[in-house]
Amino acid sequence: MVEATQTKSKESKNIKIVKDATCTFCGCVCDDMELTVDLDEHRITKAKKACVLGRAWFYEHTIDDRPVVLIDGKEATLEEGIETAAQVLVDAKFPITYGLSDSTCEAQRVAVEIMDIINGSIDTTTSVCHGPSGMAFQGVGESTATLGEIKNRADLVIYWGGNPAESHPRHFTKYAVTPKGMYIPNGKKDRTVVLVDVRRTPSTPLADIFVLIKPGKDFEVLWALRALVKGKKISENIEKDTGVSREVLDDLVSRMKNAQYGVLFFGMGLTMTRGRHFNSGAILSLASDLNEFTHFVAKPVRGHGNVTGADNVVSWQTGYPFGVNFNRGFPRFNPGEFTTTDVFSRGEADAAMIIASDPASNFPKKAIEHMKKIPIISLDAKDTCTSKIAKVRFAVATYGINTGGTVYRMDDVPISLRPAFDSPFPSDQEVLEGIRNRVKELLKGDKARLAA
Amino acid sequence: MVETMILVPGRSQKQGTSLVAGKLKDEYKRVTSTAELNEKDMRRLKLKDGDKIRLKSDVGQTVVTCIAKKDADLPSGMIFIPYGPPSSELMAHDTAGSGMPLSKHMEVKVSKV
Amino acid sequence: MSSELKIVNGRVYDPKNNIDGKVQDVYVRDGKIVESVSSSATKIDAHGMVVMPGAVDIHCHIAGPKVNLARKLQPEDHRLDVHPKTAVTRSGTGGVVPSTFATGYRYATMGYTTAMEAAVPPITARHVLEELDDTPVIDKGFYVLLGNNAFLYKLLKEGRKKEFQEAVAWWIDSVHGYALKLVNPGSDELWKGRKNANITDVNEKIDHYDITPMHVIESFIEAADELGLPHPPHIHCNNLGHSGNISTTLDTMKAAEGRRVHMAHIQFHSFGGEINKNAVSGVKPIIDFINANENITTDVGQVMFGKATAMTADAPLAWMLRNVKFNKWVNADTECESGCGIIPFSYQESVYTHALQWAMGLELFLMSKDPWRVLLSTDHPNGGSFMSYPKLIKLLMDSAYRKEAIEHVNQKAINKTVLRELTREYTLSEIAIITRAGPARALGLENKGHLGRGADADITIYTEEEDKEQMFNAPRYVIKDGVLVIKDHEFATDHKGKILHCKPGYNADIADEIEPFFEDYYSVKFSNYAVSEDYLHHHEVIPTHPKDS
Ligand code: SF4
Ligand SMILES: [Zn+2]
Repeated sequence: MVEATQTKSKESKNIKIVKDATCTFCGCVCDDMELTVDLDEHRITKAKKACVLGRAWFYEHTIDDRPVVLIDGKEATLEEGIETAAQVLVDAKFPITYGLSDSTCEAQRVAVEIMDIINGSIDTTTSVCHGPSGMAFQGVGESTATLGEIKNRADLVIYWGGNPAESHPRHFTKYAVTPKGMYIPNGKKDRTVVLVDVRRTPSTPLADIFVLIKPGKDFEVLWALRALVKGKKISENIEKDTGVSREVLDDLVSRMKNAQYGVLFFGMGLTMTRGRHFNSGAILSLASDLNEFTHFVAKPVRGHGNVTGADNVVSWQTGYPFGVNFNRGFPRFNPGEFTTTDVFSRGEADAAMIIASDPASNFPKKAIEHMKKIPIISLDAKDTCTSKIAKVRFAVATYGINTGGTVYRMDDVPISLRPAFDSPFPSDQEVLEGIRNRVKELLKGDKARLAA
Repeated sequence: MVETMILVPGRSQKQGTSLVAGKLKDEYKRVTSTAELNEKDMRRLKLKDGDKIRLKSDVGQTVVTCIAKKDADLPSGMIFIPYGPPSSELMAHDTAGSGMPLSKHMEVKVSKV
Repeated sequence: MSSELKIVNGRVYDPKNNIDGKVQDVYVRDGKIVESVSSSATKIDAHGMVVMPGAVDIHCHIAGPKVNLARKLQPEDHRLDVHPKTAVTRSGTGGVVPSTFATGYRYATMGYTTAMEAAVPPITARHVLEELDDTPVIDKGFYVLLGNNAFLYKLLKEGRKKEFQEAVAWWIDSVHGYALKLVNPGSDELWKGRKNANITDVNEKIDHYDITPMHVIESFIEAADELGLPHPPHIHCNNLGHSGNISTTLDTMKAAEGRRVHMAHIQFHSFGGEINKNAVSGVKPIIDFINANENITTDVGQVMFGKATAMTADAPLAWMLRNVKFNKWVNADTECESGCGIIPFSYQESVYTHALQWAMGLELFLMSKDPWRVLLSTDHPNGGSFMSYPKLIKLLMDSAYRKEAIEHVNQKAINKTVLRELTREYTLSEIAIITRAGPARALGLENKGHLGRGADADITIYTEEEDKEQMFNAPRYVIKDGVLVIKDHEFATDHKGKILHCKPGYNADIADEIEPFFEDYYSVKFSNYAVSEDYLHHHEVIPTHPKDS
């Protein structure tokens, strides 16, 4: 149900307003956008309530003049693209699908299905963002909450290893810091905000307390906090080792224990640095421990629009959140083995389908070198380094702007998208369904492969 | 002069907006090849805003432009750079069995070009 | 072209139609049971076999955010129990919280063709529907968690009964739910707002609202009655798992005053003894009350030894369990709607409380006078996996086997029950009631749980065997919507079941009341909250019978 009104403006332009549309640029997945759409120009001219990143997202996604499909750099039809992609996948011994964080759940579901059918691997950008937090979750669990609960109740808000002002600009204003909530009648005045990071960032001024920590020492500080919460001794060299003084730690501990409802948000400053999943495990455990004194939750601040959806889809279909391999006819999970960086760096996959992500620019060099040697199928709304080296390159519609579908916010709340205008390009779901159907046909005689 | 420092790539607003505009466009390339250094470190290395520096890790090297940050904002010994192809160039592929390369804590050798 | 099936020579158990093991034929056309079929119908010779309607699980946890968290939490279980694909079915992983595909297929291989997800915070309904769409073969619906809903509490506090009922209906309709679910009413506010506290008494005031859990319970029972929902409120009482909780349970049942109510996993609410002391069985007063009051239905929530997963909207309960072993624990607060706790768990024969719970569940079954109202469940995966149903059936049908089993568990616990004296054996017909006809009736699913004309052609055919666990473990044939899904124990085809949901009527003006509350206290836009019908795919609306029409 898209509530849309079409009116003719002065320039006799074909203008449409889309209310309560959703921005999928970052994990905040703000669903309160008011979009002004110029239907003649196929572009969004105004995005009320969007932050600077959101505005860029909406304004820049116009209809590019580029072919729907390129095969080996030559223009081709959608059917030809699907045929070649299906052939590549079926011929491969170790195909892998990677990306998916900027796709709808509907498309993600089909992507997993294709890998199940052809005994391939499925991995998402989670493996290089909060994959370590997923592993930590498997080890220690998590006390968490939806963002509305934090808006309504959190009187102590701690950000660790993140810079939301630049990565998730409305995290402060829409959910966690400034908004008034049910038991936070005065908004920010009723909350204490703490920021822990290795450098000052544009997020720092918002904090009541800023804790500067030496790079790579998060685990030590988190572990010290856990010990202090439990009334245990910590190293006397803590300040020398970590840059954080005993006084600061004691103050934090007392604030945490005495909060009414506390929250620890953490970013990739924890997962991408020394300690990785141990850092995530430490912060999740700290939040759990604190429940012996008060109510406390923790939450990774997830990045891309629907990376949380990708985690959910891969988990419900396979039991594991990322880095899943179907080679034996059933899902197996092993980070380091089936995660894409490792697969490529070892020179292993012999074909790859990359959906809505750009490993050819983000991955380590050695991984990128391997990508250049194998046939790549790329689905993306924009040209990227990855689409440049693809054997089959599909130009697809942009989710949330040209297509509907489901997206999960960083707190697992599912939201339906309201598209603004049509695209001449197919959605990634449509392309993937085409590939799936063709793959099934090609494998028809191959009972052994179908049944693993 | 060559010094060893810790490179911390991360997101920035400009990196975000230029990314949506297009990763193959000049603005994104410019943003992701501009590194922030501590002002004192810059002085010591005889660098001024806009100078080119070479960053070298065990796996690769890249040349980027540097700008100074106040001592209070960016501690000495650290370099910040928005994620992008130059930071990937320096990233080691070993994930220590986690799937995650160490992308926010890289030891690099810094020298003026 | 119509598809026809003819099942001949089988011994049919169809309690709703008073057929108790009679050899007779069953006919199917276009997914429904019919009186006769043409001579070209596909024939299944069920000689020496038992024919029953497909089983219906009235209470389980199989889809949605809490289930998915529990799945993600336990890779160690998936590794040990893989679910390979076949030429016609998808792959997956098992353990007590299987992947969606494995869940659907495994239910089918147990002879189950319908299952109800018992606890869904409405804001997560899309997620639940997406997972259910990936849960093959079975039909499914879900119960909407409304018993701790902040907006509804506000209406109750203001004494606006009519608006309360409208809002309840709006919620079910907006998320395509099937029934109302109450879990530990009142506890969410204390858990989230008073540093992990819990409700201890049905008559204590809930912080900020000036109402009591009892008030909440009565209001929902009345609302369901007025709206004419096919299934009454499905209640998980206060004080679950606490010794001496029978008084709370009895108070809750009495609150119904003759109106229909379903008591979820009653075993967990049947502890005698004193509060905070060692628990003993309190089954007798509970089952006596249920036996005497026809308005009450219940599912037992049997505990089975082995791996389980506590997975509940009752966050304080999960916290209590967490503090036993300090193993990994999940808590998940949902704004204005629910709490949630998850703990991997294992029931052990040697542990007093575990053995006591196991015995209490069996007491409930064996002391029940009306199988139509005391139904089979393990509160999957809380008391154990749905995969253990065949073993539970054997425990009920085979007293020698049961006697043997009793000897292997904590004897102190057994001594606090009367289990040894109970020699009753369930008949096949009674099993058909507690797994088929009974749950279908309690759910108000008129086309399920029987094989009369017009019923959904969901049929299971078992080879009759002495060992009932073996028999119920692997039906020879499973027919879903008239389609032969399992043939000779193997999947012959994949199949998609449907979503069962209700559309109670209400005055649409209530939305104007709810919207401002959303703007203030939710983090999603009101207009983005209601779930579009696109998420339903194949579905069926089960009619309501409102009182005033
Ligand atoms: S915070 Fe994120 S989701 Fe919200 S408008 Fe900005 S970029 Fe979009
Ligand atoms: Zn339950």
